[in-house]
Amino acid sequence: MTDQHTSPALGALVDLGLPGIGGLDGVPTAEEPQSAKDFTSDQEVRWCPGCGDYAVLAAVRSFLPTLGIKRENTVFVSGIGCSSRFPYYLNTYGMHSIHGRAPTIATGLAITRPDLSVWVVTGDGDALSIGGNHLIHALRRNVNLKILLFNNRIYGLTKGQYSPTSEQGKVTKSTPLGSIDHPFNPVSMALGAEATFVGRAIDSDRKNLTAVLGAAAAHRGTALVEILQDCPIFNDGSFDVLRKDGKENRIVPLTHGEPIRFGSEGADGLGTHAVVADGLRLKVVDAASVDPSDIVVHDAGSHELAFALSRLSDQDLTHTVTGIFRDSSRATYDDAARAQVAQAKAADSAPSLQSLLNGRDTWTVAG
Amino acid sequence: MTTGDIDVGNPSHPDAGPAPLARDRVVIRFAGDSGDGMQLTGDRFTSETATFGNDLSTLPNFPAEIRAPAGTLPGVSSFQLHFANYDIVTPGDRPDVLVAMNPAALKANIGDLPPGGILIVNTDEFTKRNLTKIGYAADPLEDGSLDTYQVHPVAMATLTRGALEETGLSKKDAERAKNMFALGLLSWMYHRPSEGTERFLREKFARRPDLAEANILAFRAGHAYGETTESFAVTYEVAPAKLESGTYRQITGNTALSYGIVAAGQVTGLPVFLGSYPITPASDILHELSKHKAFGVTTFQAEDEISGIGAALGASFGGALGVTTTSGPGIALKSETIGLAVALELPLLIVDVQRGGPSTGLPTKTEQADLLQAMFGRNGEAPLPIIAPRSPGDCFGAAVEAARIAVTYRTPVILLSDGALANGSEPWKVPDASTLESVDPNFATEPNAPDGSDEFWPYLRDADTLARPWAVPGTPGLEHRIGGLEKADGRGSISYEPDNHDRMVRLRAEKIGGIRVPDAEVDDPSGDADVLVVGWGSTYGPIVAGARRVRGMGHRVATLHLRNLNPFPANLGELLHSYGTVLVPEMNLGQLVMLLRARYLVDAQSYTKVSGLPFKAEELQDVFLGYLDGSHPSSGERGSAPQGVDA
Repeated sequence: MTDQHTSPALGALVDLGLPGIGGLDGVPTAEEPQSAKDFTSDQEVRWCPGCGDYAVLAAVRSFLPTLGIKRENTVFVSGIGCSSRFPYYLNTYGMHSIHGRAPTIATGLAITRPDLSVWVVTGDGDALSIGGNHLIHALRRNVNLKILLFNNRIYGLTKGQYSPTSEQGKVTKSTPLGSIDHPFNPVSMALGAEATFVGRAIDSDRKNLTAVLGAAAAHRGTALVEILQDCPIFNDGSFDVLRKDGKENRIVPLTHGEPIRFGSEGADGLGTHAVVADGLRLKVVDAASVDPSDIVVHDAGSHELAFALSRLSDQDLTHTVTGIFRDSSRATYDDAARAQVAQAKAADSAPSLQSLLNGRDTWTVAG
Repeated sequence: MTTGDIDVGNPSHPDAGPAPLARDRVVIRFAGDSGDGMQLTGDRFTSETATFGNDLSTLPNFPAEIRAPAGTLPGVSSFQLHFANYDIVTPGDRPDVLVAMNPAALKANIGDLPPGGILIVNTDEFTKRNLTKIGYAADPLEDGSLDTYQVHPVAMATLTRGALEETGLSKKDAERAKNMFALGLLSWMYHRPSEGTERFLREKFARRPDLAEANILAFRAGHAYGETTESFAVTYEVAPAKLESGTYRQITGNTALSYGIVAAGQVTGLPVFLGSYPITPASDILHELSKHKAFGVTTFQAEDEISGIGAALGASFGGALGVTTTSGPGIALKSETIGLAVALELPLLIVDVQRGGPSTGLPTKTEQADLLQAMFGRNGEAPLPIIAPRSPGDCFGAAVEAARIAVTYRTPVILLSDGALANGSEPWKVPDASTLESVDPNFATEPNAPDGSDEFWPYLRDADTLARPWAVPGTPGLEHRIGGLEKADGRGSISYEPDNHDRMVRLRAEKIGGIRVPDAEVDDPSGDADVLVVGWGSTYGPIVAGARRVRGMGHRVATLHLRNLNPFPANLGELLHSYGTVLVPEMNLGQLVMLLRARYLVDAQSYTKVSGLPFKAEELQDVFLGYLDGSHPSSGERGSAPQGVDA
C-alpha cells in the first residue's frame, strides 16, 4: 500500500479518522430480503434486440438487492442517450434528465440527502462529450455518487455518429472519410480528474461487473465504472475481440494485492502474460521471461499505478485492463458540506430570523 | 490655512457657526477613481443618513473592471445618494453636490451638475499630467469653465496627509484615507451623525488598529475642515422623513433578496439549497447566503451555470427548496434545465439579476431586457411564473412570494431583479418575522391511484391548483421515475400519444395561468386621469417620482405597477381598457408593452431607454407631459448621436 487508504470494500480496513466511511453508511437498510423482481418496474424495456444494456440491467437488478438498503432510498439519475432510459426500468426513485447534466442533479441530491444511494447512468456521448465538464468536477469534488458510464463508442440514439470514444479513422454517418478525432480514454480521464474510484467491466462479464459495482457502492465518494458494451445496430461487434477465443490474452483483470498476470494458464497455474515496469510506463511481457519479483503487484491505493495501468488499454483493445484501477479515500464534498452546516447549527442552534432581518443598525419611527 | 490649524477633535458637536439652511431633499454624488473608495464612502454616508432618519435611495455606478487604469474616464466610479424629509422613490436625477476626487471624475460627471450646484474638488489630483491624460487642455479649476457652480477646491490628499502626520503612516497609506476626509466634510455639511462611521472603521480595520485610527483621524479632519474653513460658511439640514411607524434599517436589493430566500426556507420548513456560479451583479447573493448555514442553508459554488441549476433541481427532487442565482447570460445557459424543471413540475427558484445585454453587455449596469427571455426563452411551450420586485426592500417579499408559488404549484419561478435594485439601497421597514405566512410543502406520503390500488401516480393533479404531488425519495411505496420526456396525464409514465401531449401542454399552461396573484392597483389620486402609466421592476421609483412631479404641476396621471408578470393580475385587462392612453416606460425596447398589446389588444404606447442607468424622474416627467398634451415623445432621442465618450 502507498500512503493512500483503500476502502473497506477491498478488505483492507483502514482507520481514516472519519465517521461513516462506507458509501452506503447513512442509507437505511431493508427490513426484508429483496429480489431482482422487487427492483423491476412495470415499464416495458425498449432497447434494440442484442443491446448490451440488457445485460447490464439484469446485472444491476440482481445486484441491488444484495446491498441490503431500502429500495425507496435508491435513486438513479440519467442524462440522454440509449443507456439513459435505464432508470425507467428500475423500481426505485429515478430521474431521466437532460443531456450531460445528470452528475449536476445527482450532486445536489447527494449533498442534501445523505440517506440516499445515488447512482448516475450515462453513456460515452452524455458523460464525455456534452457533459464532460460536469463529470470531471464531480470526480474532483468526490461527491458520494456512483457513475455507470456505458461505453459503446458510438452515438446510438441519434443513429450512428462517432462519439468521443470512437476509434480514430472510424467511418460513421458523420465521418464518411473516417473520424479524425482523437478519442478519450475514460479511465485515464477520470484518474486525471482526481477520481478516487475507477473501475472497468465488460457488459457480458457479469461476475466482474457485479464485483466492481459492489466495490463502487461501498466506496464513499465518486465512483466511476466504465462498462464496455456493444451497440448491435450502429457499432456491432466492436468489443468482440474481448468475448471470443483468445480474449484471455487481451483482458487484463486486476485484483488488489495480487501480481498482474493474465492469459492462458502457465506452468504455475497463473497467466502466461505479466505486467512489468518499463521506466515510467508499464508493459506486457511473457511471464516466464521475467523474475517473478519484477511483476507489478496491483495496488488500488496508488494513483500513479492506476494511471499507468489505464495507459495499457489502447483503442485497438490489444490489452484491456478490467477491474478496480483505483479505490482510495478522500473526504467527500457532500460530507464536508453537511459538516459545515451542522457546525453552523451547533454554534447557533436556534437562529433568529428576526435578528437577521434587523441586522445591526435599526432605527425606529414612532407612530 | 495650514493643516496644523485643523482641530482634529470629536466632531459630534457640530453646532458652531451659523444656523443651517433647511432643505427638503438633497442629492449628493461622490465620484473618483475605482481605487478611491467611492463606493465605501457613499455607503457610509448612506448609513449615517439612514440612522438619522431620512428617507433615501442610492445609485452606485461603477465600471466592470476591478481597477481600470488610474485617472482615466473608464476608471471613474461614483455613488449617488438622494435623501429627504419625505418618502422618496428614486436615487435622484442630478446631484446638488458633486464631489470629484480627480479630473476624470469631474469630466465624467460635471455634465449632470445643474448650474449653481456645489462642486467639491480634490485639487491634489489636478496635475498637468492628469489633466492631459483625459484631454483637458487647460485646468478647468482655473480657466473659468466652472464659474456657474459653487466650487470648493480642497487639497484633500495634502490635508489628509497633514492630519495623519504623527501616525507614522507612509505618505501613500495616509493619502488613501482621503475618501474619509471627504466623507467627514460632507457629514459636517449635512449634519450627519458620525458615531456609526467611527464604529464601522474600528471594526473594518480591527486587525490594523493603526489604519482604523488613521481613517478616523481623516474623517474627523474633514469634519473639522468644514467647520473652521470660511469657504464652507453654510451647512444644510434635512429633517428626518415622516415614514410609516416601525423599525427600519438600510438594505440593498441583493441583501434583501438573500434574506427573502432564508425566510422562504423558514416559512416552508424546507432546507434551502443554493446552486450558483459567480456572475455580476448576482454574486453577492451567493456570498450572503453562504453566511447563513445555521438556518439550514447550503450553498454550492458550481463549475458552471448549468451545474448550479442542475444541483438546485436535484436538491428540489430530494425535497429541499432549490434555488439558483444568476444574471441574463446565466439564464441563457440554464434554459434547458429550466425547461426540465417545467416538465418535472418541481419547485425551483431562479433569480435573474438583470444587467445590460446582449451577450456580456454591461455587467455592472442595469437593464430590464430579460423579460421576454424569462417568459419565452425555452424550447417548447414551457410557461412559468415571473415576479419582479420594485425596490431594494421589495426584493425580500418578492423572494418569499416566489418561493411560495414554487412550492404551492410545484413549478420553477423566475424572480427578475436588476442591477439598480441589487446594488441600490433604501430604508426598509423590517417585517415582523412572526407574521410571515407559512407554506406547507405537503409532501406525498401515500399511494394516490384513483382506482384505490397501491400505485402512485406522480402526475395526478390537485383539482384546485393543478399541482402534482411531491413525493421525495425515501418515501416507501411511492417510487417513481420522472423525466423530460412527455408523461401520461396522471400516471406519469412515458407517453408519445398525440392527444395526451396536447392535454399535458394545456394543463401545464393552465396551471401557471391559474396561479392566484393579487389584483393590480391603480394610483389615480384625482380619479379621472386619462393617461395610465404602467411599469414593472425597478422603474417603479422613477415612474412614481415623474407622476408626482406632473401632478404637482396640476396635471392628472394614473400609475400602475406590476409585480406579477406571469400570470398577470386578473383585473389587469379591465384596468388597461379603462384609460384613454396607456404608456409603458421600460429599460428595454418594449418587452412588457409587447405582452400587454398581445394579451389585451390594448393600444399601449412604449417609452424606452437602454443606457444602463435608471430613468430620471425629470425625463419621465417630460414624457408624461408630452403624453398629456398629445405630442407623444419618442424614445431614443436623448444621446442618440455618437459621442465617442466611453465613460
